[in-house]
Amino acid sequence: MYYVVTIATLVTMALALIRALLGPSIYDRVLAANMFGTKTVLLLAVIAFLYGRPDFLDLALAYALINFIGVLAVLEFIRRRAYNQAAEPGAGS
Amino acid sequence: MAMLADIASWVLLTLGGAFVFIGGLGALRMPNLYTRMHAASLTDTMGAVLIIAGIMLQAGASLATIKLAAILLFLLLTSPTASNALASAALLAGQRPGEATASSERGE
Repeated sequence: MYYVVTIATLVTMALALIRALLGPSIYDRVLAANMFGTKTVLLLAVIAFLYGRPDFLDLALAYALINFIGVLAVLEFIRRRAYNQAAEPGAGS
Repeated sequence: MAMLADIASWVLLTLGGAFVFIGGLGALRMPNLYTRMHAASLTDTMGAVLIIAGIMLQAGASLATIKLAAILLFLLLTSPTASNALASAALLAGQRPGEATASSERGE
């Protein structure tokens, strides 16, 4: 019963990886990374019951928090860089 | 009664898997950053709710259900916040929602 969800989640993670690899802008990559993290949480929760080991739920809980904080940190970094580039148009890069 | 819970859980899990897969497909195939974000974030929330509700029906009344409820609460709090921060950062950086940007199917 859990196999359907596991396979769907794995395929979606592969699609998110493809989007992260060929996304035109950096925001597409951040979106794909966020999606990948959310799908990892779901996959961990399903695997916990697929293999009958409820300890995996703690990992899923920790991963949800780490994923959120990581995405916010990357966004803050990108936004600060965009501000700096807007302030100094000749800076390049 | 147990069979009823099994059937309900199976339906919820399958629907959740379908939502998750549709979200991944939309994030890959949509033409624009904001449409991609729309597909990804909406189906993220709905798929997470359905899948975790389906697992909760299997877990019954135990500690695992409380942990699953905590995971669901975190996902429901953090996923829209991350999407909102991403959209505002992209808008501040000058990406406009109207124009269809260069599709990434054929490289950049």
